[in-house]
Amino acid sequence: MNPDAWLPVVLVLLCVAPLAPLGLALMNTGLGRAHSAAHALLSSLLALAAAALGIWSLGFAWSGLAHAPDHVVHLAGHAWSLLGAGQFFVRGSAAPVQLVALLWLLLIAGTGALIPVGAGADRWKLGAAVGAAFLLGGLLLPLVAHQSWGGGALSRLGVELGYGHGWIDVGGAAGLHVLGGLSALCLAWTLGPRRGKFGAHHTPNAIPGHNAVYVLFGALLSLVGWISLNLLGAVIQGGAGAGELLLAAINTLLAAAAAALSTAAVTRLRFGKPDASLCANGWLGGLVAISAGCLFFAPAVAVLVGAAAGVLVPMGVEWLELRWGVDDPTGAIAVHGLAGIWGLLAVGLLATGGGDGWNGVAGPVRGWLAGDAGQGRAQVLGVAFLLGVMLPLVYGGHLLLNRLRPYRVSLDAERQGLDLHELGANAFPEFVAHTDEFTLH
Amino acid sequence: MKLLALFLLPAGWAIAVAAALLFPAARAAAFDLFCTAGLGMEIAGVILLLRVHAWTRVPR
Repeated sequence: MNPDAWLPVVLVLLCVAPLAPLGLALMNTGLGRAHSAAHALLSSLLALAAAALGIWSLGFAWSGLAHAPDHVVHLAGHAWSLLGAGQFFVRGSAAPVQLVALLWLLLIAGTGALIPVGAGADRWKLGAAVGAAFLLGGLLLPLVAHQSWGGGALSRLGVELGYGHGWIDVGGAAGLHVLGGLSALCLAWTLGPRRGKFGAHHTPNAIPGHNAVYVLFGALLSLVGWISLNLLGAVIQGGAGAGELLLAAINTLLAAAAAALSTAAVTRLRFGKPDASLCANGWLGGLVAISAGCLFFAPAVAVLVGAAAGVLVPMGVEWLELRWGVDDPTGAIAVHGLAGIWGLLAVGLLATGGGDGWNGVAGPVRGWLAGDAGQGRAQVLGVAFLLGVMLPLVYGGHLLLNRLRPYRVSLDAERQGLDLHELGANAFPEFVAHTDEFTLH
Repeated sequence: MKLLALFLLPAGWAIAVAAALLFPAARAAAFDLFCTAGLGMEIAGVILLLRVHAWTRVPR
């Protein structure tokens, strides 16, 4: 890979990629209530900032790069890399490849930090959003990033044990989305539901987002950012060529399109009319699902992956809310957690080729149905890592932070709105303030 | 129940890892058996955590 050849392309992609967190921030804001709109957008901004500083200070050193210093354990005759061992605060001279990887990781962390912001909407403190984002960027994301992109043990499953090409995650389905989704779930558990969300006998009350235009516009912006993030992942990790990059971009768009249409169909069947916010979430679910394997699917398979995500998202949102009483205002758990896991497993099941030499294994990446069951096993092990190692760490981290400084605002603050309570001014000062319209009397 | 869930999650992961180390690709059938058991423990752990937190801290 010649850095001079791909650096201009990478720099253009890096300039466009921030549209992904921008889109998510708009969605977080639009799906919350009007009297907390400025708080939601500021939380998103500060979460992105905290996560970026977390990556710069600690995370990049632990994420590591392939063939860079790392912490290794020897088991069953093989050396397994657990964590990067770089220098904190990105000290020392760095090659362009390292700096580009750092920039990409900053964007990944910033985008991932916005996912739980939506789940805590309308009821958590600004300081809690900042603390949770630093936890994610500085401590949790590096553990996954090292396994996905830094030459960690999971990515070596193919070379060491013959399981396909090892753990594959091109665009950050695990480190960005599933980790963000797990963080959103733990946050929703820690905070509890919004005041008035559930009535007597666990009856859920709809608390609609205050601005569907923000939500849908955010979803459209996300597409541009997502394509950039996926292509950056493909170039930085695998040195993908022009043909592969074009296929990845096409697959990303097709998956989003199929997902939005299938969500529209599901909500049309379910509620009589397509639901705008769920369709935006479905679109996002398609983008999430294709992230892991955008390089390795034929376009028809990308449509299938996206369509399945589009069904999974609205059903997941409903299941979590009605069955388990989880109040997730933006649907982040279903969109990023469930669709991300589906995307990771889809690589192991449905990959059709491409990626020769990925993770140091020769030959095309093929899924279980294309004849390589080993790839499916590697992806299952990766998902097992996310649930078995990362979920307890995320859960414990949130419990600890909440114990040190409680996340949730008082019920009076919730009633007043977080804009006024935490920021001292409303986002829309000329609006008439609503008070208790969602609360049973 | 929360402690049981927090035990099941890493224990399931440990079983899956042990299966991968003991049974490389050439002995995939044994790996599948143990990895499925490990993943099953993890899913049970997630469901338990969902149950623990279901309908708690609902403000009135």
